[in-house]
Amino acid sequence: MRGRALLKNGAMALLWLVVAAFLLFPFYYAVVSSLREGSALFDASLWPSDPTFANYRAVMTDQPFATNILNSLLVAFSVVVLSLGLAVFASYAFGRAKFKGRRLLLYTILGVSMFPQVAVLSGLFEIVRLFGLYNSLLSLVFSYMIFTLPFTVWVLTSFMRDLPVEIEEAAIMDGASSWTIVIRVFLPLLAPALVTTGLLAFIAAWNEFLFALSFTLTNEQRTVPVAIALLTGASQYELPWGNIMAASVIVTLPLIALVLVFQRKLVAGLTAGAVKG
Amino acid sequence: MSKISAIEKARARSAWLFVLPMLVVLALVAAWPLARTIWFSLTNATLVDPTTYDFIGFDNFLAYDEGRWYGILTDPQWLNALGNTLIFAVASVSLELVLGVIIALIVNAALPGRGLMRAAMLVPWAIPTVVSAKIWQWMLNDQFGVVNAMLEGAGLIDGPVAWLGGSSLAMVSIVMVDVWKTTPFVALLVLAALQTLPKEIYEAARVDGIHPVKVFFRVTLPLIKPALVVAVIFRLLDAMRMFDLVYVMTGSSEETMTLSVFARQALVSFQDVGYGSAASTGLFAIIALLTVIYIMTLRPLGRDSGA
Repeated sequence: MRGRALLKNGAMALLWLVVAAFLLFPFYYAVVSSLREGSALFDASLWPSDPTFANYRAVMTDQPFATNILNSLLVAFSVVVLSLGLAVFASYAFGRAKFKGRRLLLYTILGVSMFPQVAVLSGLFEIVRLFGLYNSLLSLVFSYMIFTLPFTVWVLTSFMRDLPVEIEEAAIMDGASSWTIVIRVFLPLLAPALVTTGLLAFIAAWNEFLFALSFTLTNEQRTVPVAIALLTGASQYELPWGNIMAASVIVTLPLIALVLVFQRKLVAGLTAGAVKG
Repeated sequence: MSKISAIEKARARSAWLFVLPMLVVLALVAAWPLARTIWFSLTNATLVDPTTYDFIGFDNFLAYDEGRWYGILTDPQWLNALGNTLIFAVASVSLELVLGVIIALIVNAALPGRGLMRAAMLVPWAIPTVVSAKIWQWMLNDQFGVVNAMLEGAGLIDGPVAWLGGSSLAMVSIVMVDVWKTTPFVALLVLAALQTLPKEIYEAARVDGIHPVKVFFRVTLPLIKPALVVAVIFRLLDAMRMFDLVYVMTGSSEETMTLSVFARQALVSFQDVGYGSAASTGLFAIIALLTVIYIMTLRPLGRDSGA
């Protein structure tokens, strides 16, 4: 009996290793490739024989890649702050108050989260030009609201709804205004939910490509995904794979670190987002 | 009690004040641009001078002129993109579902290091799509790619395979990359559902000596079905609007062009705002229809009649 259990666990562990290898190999190979230079890049072995950081130096000095990272950080942080700020108040109304049209509004917001981004591209482009935001990071902060707002509102609403009534009752009896209740009572209780949704919004904004590609023009205004997608070498037909892999590793490592640290919260937020919308 | 109900009324009034800022932003960023896109789809506007255009009705969608049909609905390129999008969506989502369930069952085993395993599952999801696209483009490179080198080393192929170069293989590759990126996400959702299942049922099934495969199909699958349905719907709607992976890996090549890539090409590369808007409106209509069906049949807010 023990032998059989051992065998079964051994087989399971082997399956785990296969799955993990499948999931992690591409990133591992990107790291290996980023440490190779020149003709070593064309050697497809799985271990860097002569590792060099030349690609990393090249990306940071030949390209405005540091600016691109800063752009992405600025945009993602602003998007998180703005969408959380708007969503906290909206979700208080949706989660705790009964008012006419609440259901219809929530369904509309759910509908917006399904929008194909390309469907608003020409209309958004017009607004962006009208406000003189073309080729400015503000155009991205503004347009990213279309996917972060519905998501944060929906998830925070489900968190708000699950908090017990007693919490609020005492405050209401004391005559506190709704504003005070949100700021003093709910905000501290929502802190874990805010971390999760904020993180998910940050990742979504950090990764966005279509709007960033369409609303920025110069290399200095680009965010990281666009910069990487459009990274070119000496000639048009020869892609600088070493540099691209180095850039990829630079922007992915912090994300992986974040994901590992907040693993449990993220999974909880993702499942809440999917199960409840 | 009456004090509470009076407060409830006051709160209902202030509720609108609380939702308003969010609604204004959503109107500016979603409703208005969408309305403009639909409007543009009925015009011949161009990007060169977007302020002067004529209203041309449904000509961008379907028009008959001098013995020929025009408009996206008869445009072989658009129909091709529609076909590609459907193939991509159905193939990637069904593979992700099957593999996601299998991986969730594997990871659900009680072995030490399950936390690490779950963390590993988040890695493909956390890598920006553009970055995944570039990494796979490099790995699938026909001359220097590690995939060809490994397959050749194992004796599975004779010469280099052009994975992304203008054949139906390109779509296979794109589906494969999407499956790699998104299966872990589906698996995490399934895993969360698996962990809510009561352990007693499995104890009982084990005591009665029922085969695990039968237990899976008779017990586990029906119980996790609601979670699976939601995952499939979200993945399908997401796959229908696929843009970045295709755009980065194969550009606007015909074999893989999706509806989003087609629409952006018409809008930006060909500067044809009218036609591109018609293409986007078409995609929007398809997705809106799917969303309405989803909300009507599944009612994610529950069936209670409350406001």
